[in-house]
Amino acid sequence: MRDWTRQKTERATRMDAAAPFADGKVVAADNATDMLRRVIKSGDRVCLEGDNQKQADFLASCLAQVDPADIHDLHIVQSGLVLPEHLDLFRLGIAKKLDFSYSGPQSGAIARALDQGKIELGAIHTYIELFARYYVDLTPNVALIAGVCADRDGNLYTGPNTEDTPTIVEATAYKSGVVIAQVNKIVDKVPRVDIPGDQIDFVVEAPRPFYVEPLFTRDPGAVTDSQILMAMIALKGIYAEYRPKRLNHGIGFATAAIELLLPTYGEKLGLRGEVATHWALNPHPTLIPAIESGWVEQIHCFGSEVGMDRYMSARPDVYFTGKDGTLRSNRLMCQNAGLYACDMFIGSTLQIDLAGNSSTVTPDRIAGFGGAPNMGSDAHGRRHVSDAWLKAGREAAGGAGPLVRGRKLVVQMVETFGEGMKPAFVEELDSLALARKLNMELAPVMIFGDDVTHIVTEEGIANLLLCRNADDVEQAIRGVAGYTPVGMARDRAKVEALRQRGVIRRPEDLGVDPMEANRNLLAARSIRDLVTWSDGLYSPPSKFRNW
Amino acid sequence: METFTIRARARAPLPGTGRQAIVGVVASGNLEILLERSETDNDVVVDVATSARGFRAVWEAVVADFVTRSSPGGVRFSIHDNGARPDTVTLRLLQGVKLLETQP
Amino acid sequence: MIPEEIVRSPSWYESSARNRITGLLDAETFREILGPAERVMSPHLELFDLPPAFDDGVIVGRGQLDGKPVAIIAQEGQFMGGTFAEVSGAKIVGLLRAVTASAGTPDGVSAVLLLLDTGGVRLQEANAGELAVSETVRALLGVRAAGIPVVALVGGRAGAFGGGGIVTACCSHVVISEQGRISVTGPEVIETNKGAEEFDSRDRALVWRITGGRSRVLLGGADSYVKGDVASFRAAAARSRNAAPPFTLETMAAEQDRLEKRLSSYGDCRDTPEIWARAGLADPASVPDIDDDAFLALLSEREIKHDAR
Repeated sequence: MRDWTRQKTERATRMDAAAPFADGKVVAADNATDMLRRVIKSGDRVCLEGDNQKQADFLASCLAQVDPADIHDLHIVQSGLVLPEHLDLFRLGIAKKLDFSYSGPQSGAIARALDQGKIELGAIHTYIELFARYYVDLTPNVALIAGVCADRDGNLYTGPNTEDTPTIVEATAYKSGVVIAQVNKIVDKVPRVDIPGDQIDFVVEAPRPFYVEPLFTRDPGAVTDSQILMAMIALKGIYAEYRPKRLNHGIGFATAAIELLLPTYGEKLGLRGEVATHWALNPHPTLIPAIESGWVEQIHCFGSEVGMDRYMSARPDVYFTGKDGTLRSNRLMCQNAGLYACDMFIGSTLQIDLAGNSSTVTPDRIAGFGGAPNMGSDAHGRRHVSDAWLKAGREAAGGAGPLVRGRKLVVQMVETFGEGMKPAFVEELDSLALARKLNMELAPVMIFGDDVTHIVTEEGIANLLLCRNADDVEQAIRGVAGYTPVGMARDRAKVEALRQRGVIRRPEDLGVDPMEANRNLLAARSIRDLVTWSDGLYSPPSKFRNW
Repeated sequence: METFTIRARARAPLPGTGRQAIVGVVASGNLEILLERSETDNDVVVDVATSARGFRAVWEAVVADFVTRSSPGGVRFSIHDNGARPDTVTLRLLQGVKLLETQP
Repeated sequence: MIPEEIVRSPSWYESSARNRITGLLDAETFREILGPAERVMSPHLELFDLPPAFDDGVIVGRGQLDGKPVAIIAQEGQFMGGTFAEVSGAKIVGLLRAVTASAGTPDGVSAVLLLLDTGGVRLQEANAGELAVSETVRALLGVRAAGIPVVALVGGRAGAFGGGGIVTACCSHVVISEQGRISVTGPEVIETNKGAEEFDSRDRALVWRITGGRSRVLLGGADSYVKGDVASFRAAAARSRNAAPPFTLETMAAEQDRLEKRLSSYGDCRDTPEIWARAGLADPASVPDIDDDAFLALLSEREIKHDAR
């Protein structure tokens, strides 16, 4: 007869083997590596919590110390692969296969490791996609996670950076896996229970607090006149036209400029309360002036941001907070919100081709996707309506009707020339060369052209919803590509015809004067200004200070 | 560094009586333009010294569009560029002629 | 809704050198010497494949402040770091010498305003730049000896580092804002030579705690603290023109005494909060974070004043 409880039995065996290294659930830091040796077996699927910001860095370094002769061929399933230790596992032969979402600082190292055959790549996912697979075919056997503190029963307080933790733990704990948490401190009573203790098997007090990277802080001092011009174009040509109330912003400077223009230029356009009231958004410090000026009803966050905790705790009407008063973030929920409950995604990209496909891949880097494709795609499962959503859908369909569904606005902002005068508009994305080099069946594309509704550059807006064929799309894109080779090769007559149709709108068509685009329009011109706006509640990390 | 001169014909002389003006700063990604009303009638001369090599065709296109848009006849533009992008160049050119036009 | 201290524009930190001059002087009074159209530029930068600037990053001239004539020198911190170099240095020295020569004549000025924004000597013209710093110091002291105050204004992106820090210390009066920095050796140079344990240049809070405007004014490296807008700098420049000490042996002896006392009182401190604690400030750690009004109140409550110069 088949044994239906093999996983439970296996779990019990591992827990027994690890027991000598623990005092109840509590494992001393010195014993952590030995405990991992007993709990993890070769070939396991392991989630070594690496989120967008929060890293189980101590457990990562412990795992990198095991002998590859004992433990090897691990299959790493985690959203963020951002620490050198994460790559060490593959270099040392402890791990073999990888499924992930985002690599950030390790993007170059991953590309090299793939090239050298050190990593067998499963797939690069978007966040929700990987989380979904935790529950279908990538369920971890062992999860190594990070929290702020825990009690001796394992009740875990994740603090403002809850991020991926509940999603990882749920999948692991309820499928007979083992969950190990590193915490900054073991306490008698946690401020709030983010993960109940019966889902946590072991807790380790790490020698150092887990590392959190400030990823969403954009210094207003670095916002350029070009970005301000693009922000003015977007506010007048998209926000004022479609009136999207629920939205997500990317993390680039162009959208930071929009945030900083809301209380000034946006106010002048009479948009307060009409647009951008409800957000799926990380805690962007640059949104503080808009929040303080009464633009924002509420914000749900994927993660937290270094320095924003006190501000958010003091604004619980806006942010989601726990009974302890601190932020509660949740990446799965917020990604879901961005996919289904938002009318618009607007963000920056690095490269756009003639079909509107966009990518942030450069030839020698695999940065992954993170969440942008979830934010920046039309959810075909959406059924509720909103004015912005319907207007976009009707433009695409060329008319209204009971079967004409809406479209999410997916807006890509890009300066025609990027760093080092590299053209942002290209005949072929760099990611195709990368795919050929690594024999990938599907080239990494951040947002496919058929999801993009508008492209904003300093030359104006290309409204792809109004394009009726591939030639329209190509000439609309060339028409806003400025003096790049792609832009210079435009068919001037066709571009002028598209402008007459409103497919292309120049700053002068919108009544935007580039001479007015300057830093005096910003509601805050420095990080110090943001602190002032926040009434001293925002405390930026040292690297952003100039006082 | 690359240096070259672009010549163009404007529709009309630039209005106003200002003799010279300067805009911008030679900072990274920026440029300075010295404007002098030293050319005859509708002639436009643009002297470019730029740190970015290989963009002469872009400069010519930017200047051609600018001259069509602004008609800055009679003006010599002397440019020191430290890798400014085309939109910044256009913006400074427009700021420059506005300053020259409105100067006493 | 917008906090008042943010809309108060334009900001000194953000303004170009030319715009600072425009905002500092009485309207339409500035007369530039060796302006851009004269094309007196660096002959060296071309060798390094670098674009020059028509004014070589320094603007000199005369104008009026509250109806009284002044000479003005402004460094453009965004060009080559506002550095001292052959041409820019000669413009500074030339103007200072002309001011001395015209002292007591109808062309005499009431003060020299020195708008520093510099990382120090321009590396591409190092020898000429070092000479320019020395000649500037000598010419500046000549101006002071002629009875004309030299007021330094520091609040730009590049601060006043290297030779700029030395020149600042020689002025009759130093006006600074929160963002202004004064030092000789820059944070990156200290870190390169002594290691990040000695000075972590990426720890910007540390950089400002040591070199920034608030520390400098508390310790006497600067004399007036202003909010970061151009109008506040203008008001302070006009005020301090009259407050400058005489350039006499007594002043120099008092200055030496002041600096010796400072060294013996605080020379063993590792960081400025230690100094503030020893000096008796109630909440030393809060000094960088309180707002400008609170900081100005602190200065006036404690009657912080540093006389000699």
